[in-house]
Amino acid sequence: METINLEDLFEAKLAKNEMIEPKDWMPENYRKHLIRQISQHAHSEIVGMLPEGNWITRAPSLRAKLILLAKVQDEGGHGLYLYTAAESLGITREEMLDALLTGKAKYSSIFNYPTLSWADVGAIGWLVDGAAIMNQVMLQRSSYGPYSRAMVRICKEESFHQRQGYEIMTQLSFGTSEQKEMAQDALNRWWYPTLMMFGPPDVESPNSENAIKWRIKRETNDQLRQRFINQTAIQVEYLGLVAPDKNLKWNEKKQGYDYSDPDWNEFKSVIKGNGICNKDRLLSRNNSHKNGEWVREAAIAFGKKQEQESKAA
Amino acid sequence: MNKDSQGELWEVFVQKKAGQPFVHCGNLHAYDKEMALQNARDLYTRRGEGMSLWIVLSSSIVASSPEDAGSFFEPSNDKIYRHPTFYQIPDGIGHM
Amino acid sequence: MKDSLYNYTLRLGDTSLILAQRLSEWTGHGPFLEEDLALTNIALDIFGRAKGLLEYAAKKEGKGRTEDDLAFFRSDREFFNLLITEQPNGDYAKTMIRQSIIDCFDLLFYTELAKSKDLTLAGIASKSVKEITYHKRHSFSWVVRFGNGTEESFSRLQKGLNEIWAYSGELFEMNEDDHNLIKEGIAVDLDSLKQKWELEIKELFEKANLVIPETLFMQQGSRKALHSEYLGYILAEMQSIPRMHPNAKW
Repeated sequence: METINLEDLFEAKLAKNEMIEPKDWMPENYRKHLIRQISQHAHSEIVGMLPEGNWITRAPSLRAKLILLAKVQDEGGHGLYLYTAAESLGITREEMLDALLTGKAKYSSIFNYPTLSWADVGAIGWLVDGAAIMNQVMLQRSSYGPYSRAMVRICKEESFHQRQGYEIMTQLSFGTSEQKEMAQDALNRWWYPTLMMFGPPDVESPNSENAIKWRIKRETNDQLRQRFINQTAIQVEYLGLVAPDKNLKWNEKKQGYDYSDPDWNEFKSVIKGNGICNKDRLLSRNNSHKNGEWVREAAIAFGKKQEQESKAA
Repeated sequence: MNKDSQGELWEVFVQKKAGQPFVHCGNLHAYDKEMALQNARDLYTRRGEGMSLWIVLSSSIVASSPEDAGSFFEPSNDKIYRHPTFYQIPDGIGHM
Repeated sequence: MKDSLYNYTLRLGDTSLILAQRLSEWTGHGPFLEEDLALTNIALDIFGRAKGLLEYAAKKEGKGRTEDDLAFFRSDREFFNLLITEQPNGDYAKTMIRQSIIDCFDLLFYTELAKSKDLTLAGIASKSVKEITYHKRHSFSWVVRFGNGTEESFSRLQKGLNEIWAYSGELFEMNEDDHNLIKEGIAVDLDSLKQKWELEIKELFEKANLVIPETLFMQQGSRKALHSEYLGYILAEMQSIPRMHPNAKW
């Protein structure tokens, strides 16, 4: 019997840009890192339904209502694709939900900021989804097969999200003066939190190194952040709005925009649970879960009866 | 299933058009067959992705393991006589 | 005649709008993820129908109003949605029993309306029939599931039915508009649906072990735009932005 070193095999696959599949051998740390990242990503989609969901009953036109409802629903779907991708690594949905509901698991901190006006729905679609897409496009090439495939599907569906957000911002920016004010205010409030979404600067990012080594991530936080700013600055200008950053300037030498760092202390504070909506988001998830408990119990009981009947038949 | 179960895991296959093969498209949770079918419809055909669905419990799937790859699939690599290009056909007999 | 068609279409549009508005309150708060997405799909279908109907109503009114004007700039004494649609969602059992009562009616109703001599209404109806066929399958399967699930799910279902049943009579109420349009071959004669509906609903309730409440009293009012107190709050929420910015476009 020749002995194959499983770790070498794994490394060789990564080197050849091949995908790792659920039943393949993988280092325990790789598995743990993926479970953490994918479940956090899934939680973010699910909690992310709430700030926008806040405006479903108040969307100002029937068209806007249909679009928003479809979008929030898509986010739930994305959470679901991601939960099943994580399940292929040997964790159950119950375990993941438990971690979310008890506050043990993290989700994207951006959703702990409140949506205060209809313009926030536009700003979230444009900025928050825009930032998320940048990350997700990269993750389509992630080394773990189920994660990568979930991302391909998600990216396909996400493509309308950012556009609808920008469409709202356009309507508002070229609408009445109150509408434009609303848009500017939303931009002011969402700009820096969006920049935080790419994570801490590379020098302080504890998990980034492994993620890059294992090809789970393909680009660093700072690289992605810079690309996002380069792309978004032009879109801000088109709207006739002003980004809340006096240092935002094109830098010919680096062929990119200079920008001010977000307040990383605020970032840490919100992650710790001090955002204005942290408690509400968790409470809302917990309430839905609790209110659904008897529904799930009934479904289990009925499912069992069905099974018995079909066996008896 | 424990008391607060999220249901069982199912595999979903979609057929895009009649006559085409069913392709695996993802998973979902459901508590019974009818629910699994309805959930698959609501999850995986929202954008006109399919005309027909197959759903099966994930626990019913039998899968080969990566360790099997050598013994399962490599032996077929050298059976080139299974492929039509292996054979020489005289010119002038038309299409075969 | 022209007014009757406007009134009739408006009534159907309002009923769809308020029902979808209620259903969309569940989005993000469903009992589990898959079901959250399923019910949102249904709300989307019904909003879509509301939009089509209100668009047509606005056209028939001929005063240059749009479907959004009708949805966002009328007050509760100008809304003609069925009272059953504005009732609070309650728990999931109540939402599903309400939905099954409406789906059962709607499938019969829109199947007939698809034969209307008014081609726009017939068009909207025939698209809706496919959607409602699925909605009914969904709500009926939940009613059976709850009725045969646990003791708790059954008692919640029965309680939901007890609360909502008195609003089912209104489904079949007709007024002058109906009679005018039935003569023209445009509207559906609701009397002709009642027996079939009762049969199907009774069959469903039997499968779910439900008992129809003994009360014979049925609530009325929506045909005259007389509502429960719930509608005012639904509209206050739904209309707040357009009312705050009446000159803005969205």
